[in-house]
Amino acid sequence: MTDPRVAGVGLTHFGKHPDRTGRAMFAEAGLAALDDAGIDPDDVEALFYGNFMGELAEHQGHQAPLMAEAVGLDVPATRYESACASSGAAIRDAVFRLRNGEADVALVGGAERMTNVGTAAATDALSIAADDLYEVRAGMTFPGAYALMARAYFEEYGGSKAELAEIAVKNHDNALPNEYAQMQQEITVEDALDAPIIADPLGLYDSCPITDGATAAVLVSEDYADDHDLDAGVAITGSGQGGDKMALHDRRYLARTPATEDAADEAYDDAGIGPDAVDFLEVHDCFTIAEVLALEGLDLYEPGEAIGAAARGETTRDGDLPVNLSGGLKAKGHPVGATGVAQLISLTKLLEGRHPRADAVESADTALAHNAGGTVASATVHVLQEVGR
Amino acid sequence: MSDEPRDDGFDDLLDAIADGEGFYVECDEGHGSLPPRLACPQCGSQELSEEPLPDSGEITTYTVVTVPTPQFDEDSPYVTAIVDFGPVSITGQVQGVDPEDVETGQVVGIDVGETVTRDERVIVFEPR
Ligand SMILES: [Zn+2]
Repeated sequence: MTDPRVAGVGLTHFGKHPDRTGRAMFAEAGLAALDDAGIDPDDVEALFYGNFMGELAEHQGHQAPLMAEAVGLDVPATRYESACASSGAAIRDAVFRLRNGEADVALVGGAERMTNVGTAAATDALSIAADDLYEVRAGMTFPGAYALMARAYFEEYGGSKAELAEIAVKNHDNALPNEYAQMQQEITVEDALDAPIIADPLGLYDSCPITDGATAAVLVSEDYADDHDLDAGVAITGSGQGGDKMALHDRRYLARTPATEDAADEAYDDAGIGPDAVDFLEVHDCFTIAEVLALEGLDLYEPGEAIGAAARGETTRDGDLPVNLSGGLKAKGHPVGATGVAQLISLTKLLEGRHPRADAVESADTALAHNAGGTVASATVHVLQEVGR
Repeated sequence: MSDEPRDDGFDDLLDAIADGEGFYVECDEGHGSLPPRLACPQCGSQELSEEPLPDSGEITTYTVVTVPTPQFDEDSPYVTAIVDFGPVSITGQVQGVDPEDVETGQVVGIDVGETVTRDERVIVFEPR
């Protein structure tokens, strides 16, 4: 068993593109990834595609064959839906297929069209990642769910809205040179604290924006990379997935995320590393509190300790453990089904030294991608390592 | 009520709560859950029974939602909370109190109300 390599990556600009169809966005991302990989497109054997709300946004189910066709590929294609972790789940299955030796070249990716339906309908669409009968019908929104978790965290461990604001400030700062990011805009702690409340205690700047965008990556077996002399020095060396009860009220913890803990344990074990080996990472910061929960779930901080990590400068660009150098979901944007692969793309570019924030991690060789679905009823973790050619 | 199909289990529970006879599903290991269930979500046991819901619980966490989904447009701002009844916890809306005065640990009872926007049934908590 060998570790799949990332041979090429591609994405669209993340932002408000209400007139762009999902198929057009995915075509752009997919073709860019194939071009970046420099492989013969005929060698692609399958598409693993993530999408969450295509039925609601575009009245389009069964998207995977449509997306394969959009990239000009005649291959079996499957859509993965795990809410915001849709393309994380897609990566995981592609990794297994390549490791098993059942394929040598896979295209993974995702797309989401969201802003065309407007804010109210997008808020409604996002809410369906929760339990419809017992949460959504009680008025729970996606920000509302994370607000429930944020208050539970504050009650259990302490922490302040100002500390959450520091996370938003950090991620906005990271996105400044990222031409693909939705928000290349500096903010201050005061801006965040003064912003309108969406679901108390979370305000506008605690929340990721609503985003259109698509992502794609070409994953290849080590043998294929060697045989074709590909410039593919980043390997996916670990994969893990965890689950939890759907509704928050059925969970054992409101201020911890066991799905992330389980996914991380499995991924670390799979890669043969411990958390201390992680040099930098992209975590699923759909809300500022989510970054805190992720860092603790990934065993990089003890429960209750990550809330102050950004404020203390530990997870900033010049800190010991840079988090979300891409800008994270918060500033880069969160086209839901495309986000897992967006993290893979950012980490690959950072490890390869071709990301605008690569200077922050020049000597690093081990990175982590953490993708979470809903209120972390689903989570995937992947370990990426620079292994050289 | 319209002639729309019911949601078995969920609508049965709301009917029962409205009649002051709320219940939860308990497995033979003592795990509580909400209907409909054929297997315990905690342990998988299929030995399930309906037990009376304690008539009050404590607010574990809550949020004041100011940006709602369209079906709660005219309800906002409203308080969504998780209430711990002991064997089970339930999500609903806290009513009969100013949102500013809601606190964790507050003791509340359970009832069924209607949303302002669409007259849809909603689980409601009111301070005791
Ligand atoms: Zn049980």
